[in-house]
Amino acid sequence: MERNSEIELRLLIEAIYLKYSYDFRDYSGASIKRRVNHALSQFECSTISALQEKVLHDPTAFMQLLQLLTIPVSEMFRDPSHFLAIRKEVVPLLKTYPSIKIWIAGCSTGEEVYSTAILLREEGLLDRTIIYATDINPRSLEKAKQGIFSMENVRAYTQNYQQAGGQRSFADYYTAAYGYAIFDKSLCENVTFADHSLATDSVFSETQLISCRNVLIYFNKKLQDRAFGLFHESLCHRGFLVLGSKETLDFSAFGNQFEALVKQERIYRKS
Amino acid sequence: MNSAARLPTVEAIVIGASAGGVEALLNILSPLREGFVLPIIVVLHLPEARRSQLAEVFARRVAMPVLEAIDKTLVEAGTLYFAGPGYHLSVEQDRSFSLSLEPRVHHSRPAIDFLFESAADAYGPALAAVLLTGANHDGARGLAQVKQHGGLTIVQDPDEAQIATMPQAALDLHQPDHILPIRGISRLIVELEQIAC
Repeated sequence: MERNSEIELRLLIEAIYLKYSYDFRDYSGASIKRRVNHALSQFECSTISALQEKVLHDPTAFMQLLQLLTIPVSEMFRDPSHFLAIRKEVVPLLKTYPSIKIWIAGCSTGEEVYSTAILLREEGLLDRTIIYATDINPRSLEKAKQGIFSMENVRAYTQNYQQAGGQRSFADYYTAAYGYAIFDKSLCENVTFADHSLATDSVFSETQLISCRNVLIYFNKKLQDRAFGLFHESLCHRGFLVLGSKETLDFSAFGNQFEALVKQERIYRKS
Repeated sequence: MNSAARLPTVEAIVIGASAGGVEALLNILSPLREGFVLPIIVVLHLPEARRSQLAEVFARRVAMPVLEAIDKTLVEAGTLYFAGPGYHLSVEQDRSFSLSLEPRVHHSRPAIDFLFESAADAYGPALAAVLLTGANHDGARGLAQVKQHGGLTIVQDPDEAQIATMPQAALDLHQPDHILPIRGISRLIVELEQIAC
């Protein structure tokens, strides 16, 4: 017999899917459960059933819940050695393409997008690159578009940028005002921010590089394989797939369809 | 020390430790025999360096195989797992590991609370949880959760702990099944394994 909380959690996730088409059914359970429990206190609900009633009848409440269910924990040039490896191992190969399309899947509030755009500009590739930055959370996408980050965080990002092989002063890319760093709009001239779900949507373009970092850890194996399938379909022949530092293709059904270019940094290439 | 007859049959052991934890853990784990059958999953707070040497350090001193827990892999019997730096570690219902980047808990990622709470959910009464020395309050809530799910809870005697804050915080929140010095904890783990065999 299942515990009440397990039943209620499953019903909530099903209700969200039926009503709002956001599909958390194949997300890893432990993390979702913690976030729903956190939401209970935020919404002052004593049971998950009460929370379900609230979000089912009130789209605004659902949008608030969505903010708690998705995890916008990111930073610019996170894992500097990863970006250094992209610069050294991937960029020389990207330079052989006349035009480049990059998909940043699960871009959250945009830290990865700005990091990638800065790197591409320094390598002289940004002008001939189109970046698709996708996420399921419209508020995160809005924030990503604005490109405004707190100065407090930018200090840490500056250190990351330098360790990632940055060629200039990081301050060249933003204007500081009132404790915030407003990033150079021209970095996003060729960026398309779009709503896209790895759980329910399909491929929308052929791409040369896909970056999906620290997104797949929230998925179960089945959903991970769905995502890998989309990436495989979207990538051109010999296209690049880059993952988060604890994510791997090793246990995936698609493991043999990619080869590791820099295994330590989770940089793969379609074989 | 309780007699073996009163100990439950567990299927996994989780351990949380912070400041002073490496030495405490080595003292608990190095006496364990080769072929020890239970999985042991450890969160030990360390600075968030990119790569941790914990698995290597313990592999030289412990008879059982030692691994850093990898996302989506199943918890295997007889293996000592460490949570890697920078990510929270959870155990899922199907007894596989999952990693996440939720905000830090008590300034820590990995957090002991997250491992304990998720393992309590996954194993219910078939779990033993051990909280050791440390200078913060992580693990207290998780340990109470283990108890609530019927699991066995063990806290290092604060008088003996290198830093008493963490075990004391746990004692302030709930009464564990055992309060023991390191040697007693090691013996209890040996007994738990004998019962499980």
